[in-house]
Amino acid sequence: MSLALALRHTLGTATLDVAFEVPGTGITALFGPSGAGKSTVLAAMAGLLRPAFCRLVVDGTTLADTDAGTWIAPERRRVGLVFQDALLFPHLSVAGNLRYGQRRAGAGAIGFDEVVGLLGLGALLARRPHTLSGGQRQLVAIGRALLGQPRLLLLDEPLAGLDAARKAEILPFLGRLKSALALPMLYVTHALEEVAQLADHLVLLRDLRILGSGPVSEMAARADLPLAQRDDAGAVLTLTVAGHDPARRLTWLRRDGFSLLVALQTAPPGATLRVRIPAREVILARPEAAALGDLLSLHNLVPGTVRAIGADARHGAALVEIEAAGARLLSRITPDAVARLGLRPGAAVLALVKSVSVEVLAALC
Amino acid sequence: MRLTLAVAARAVGFGLPLAVLTAWLLARGRFPGRTLLNAAVHLPLVVPPVVTGWLLLVIFGVEGPAGRLLLAWFGVRLAFTTAGAALACAVMTFPIMVRTVRLAIEAIDPRLDQAARTLGAGRLDRLLTVTLPLGAPGIVVAGVVGYATCLGEFGAVITFAANIPGETQTLPLAIYSALQAPGGEAAAARLAAVSVVLALAGLLLAEWAGRWLRARVGR
Repeated sequence: MSLALALRHTLGTATLDVAFEVPGTGITALFGPSGAGKSTVLAAMAGLLRPAFCRLVVDGTTLADTDAGTWIAPERRRVGLVFQDALLFPHLSVAGNLRYGQRRAGAGAIGFDEVVGLLGLGALLARRPHTLSGGQRQLVAIGRALLGQPRLLLLDEPLAGLDAARKAEILPFLGRLKSALALPMLYVTHALEEVAQLADHLVLLRDLRILGSGPVSEMAARADLPLAQRDDAGAVLTLTVAGHDPARRLTWLRRDGFSLLVALQTAPPGATLRVRIPAREVILARPEAAALGDLLSLHNLVPGTVRAIGADARHGAALVEIEAAGARLLSRITPDAVARLGLRPGAAVLALVKSVSVEVLAALC
Repeated sequence: MRLTLAVAARAVGFGLPLAVLTAWLLARGRFPGRTLLNAAVHLPLVVPPVVTGWLLLVIFGVEGPAGRLLLAWFGVRLAFTTAGAALACAVMTFPIMVRTVRLAIEAIDPRLDQAARTLGAGRLDRLLTVTLPLGAPGIVVAGVVGYATCLGEFGAVITFAANIPGETQTLPLAIYSALQAPGGEAAAARLAAVSVVLALAGLLLAEWAGRWLRARVGR
């Protein structure tokens, strides 16, 4: 299962030229600032815009290959699209909107009741779109697209128009969709927190070009990408709750050989959690410092190896990418510290992380 | 007066569906000759009504190319008949109806059409399930305004269909005849009052129907 796109299209005087291949499961975030070309990429994938060159293959089905003269019209492509402003049909009820795509697609793997249940739309079915809140409208739009039985779901900044409280309401629903449906989803956003919470894969787009693509856990910790230059740069990890210690008010998170102690969580053992460790919160030390562990307030002394060191011109700092038992961490320290510790790629290092510095983002079911 | 209402009803009944189709083509279609079609539609609005009537006579008259075919194939004669009066009215109000419907269609977010497309709706499907329901307020208004305008049509009707009492003598033609006859002022005033009331009722109905439908489609 995979999703492969190659696309070239002239926009005014510039040319959008992108190509990426990502797994056909889970959520892939297409991340970039406005004007990077994200919406054009989505329009071409949905078939609403016909570029000079486009090849799109979803799970082995070629939806477009302009070189070979293949171009499936959007109405026969079965690529769902959720717009930023929902765009529900104002003359139909919520149920009418949901059934619009379903009627035309026929019965499929995704059932009406399942969608209504997953998105919590049961109480809204008879309502008219203009009586719904922005967040509810967006959920209905997602349901409507899903009932069109898409082979690929495109979401164009679905949360951009919502305030923080509404976003927090909707994010868990999107997380549920991911685990309930084996459907590739491409999620366009310029909000890094949505990427950190939802995405499994990340395609970085800037100035009509792809800067890189890969698993979020690797991309977020890369020292050489513009993501690392942001104030809120940091590693994103998906970990499992290994156990709680209520007496000490701590929770162990683990994946493979990597483990982390964080403040006590409510999620039961075995649950999967997304966490973020900001680069500015990660202290580096030489491996010998492990002996001092009992003298320090912090709980996490993670042994690892330096993978790469990048410059952070914006903060006049150095970015150190660390590999620790299969997990990737990112640390922002001064160039002076890099020199004093003698850090270079391949060097052994100890990453010190306060438990309270670990941001637990969301529970993924 | 009943004749006038019937003529206007036939004009709108045949003209409106065609106007909706033309408006849809002009608003959403991209095809060669679009500008030309647009100009042709608006022609009756800018040339003198008498010229429109005369052109109809040339084309649909018993000696005209279309008129001869209609007479030979269907035995239908348009010139100097009630049907002819309706045709003249329809042609004269066509641009007004097309404009009104086109504005209504253009006011619909084109991305709703795109949304329907990604949900599997083809072109005709989208016209029937998205464009027409959302354009309904504008279409109703176009029909009522077109109807009211038909009631007042004079130049083209008198040229193409003449002023035959009981057959093609519509309200404005009757007023004109009454004024020509000695001592007809009282009859003319009565007819004029009727026509003002009819026009006013039409406009109020258009306003009310448009508002009601807009509320229904939630806009």
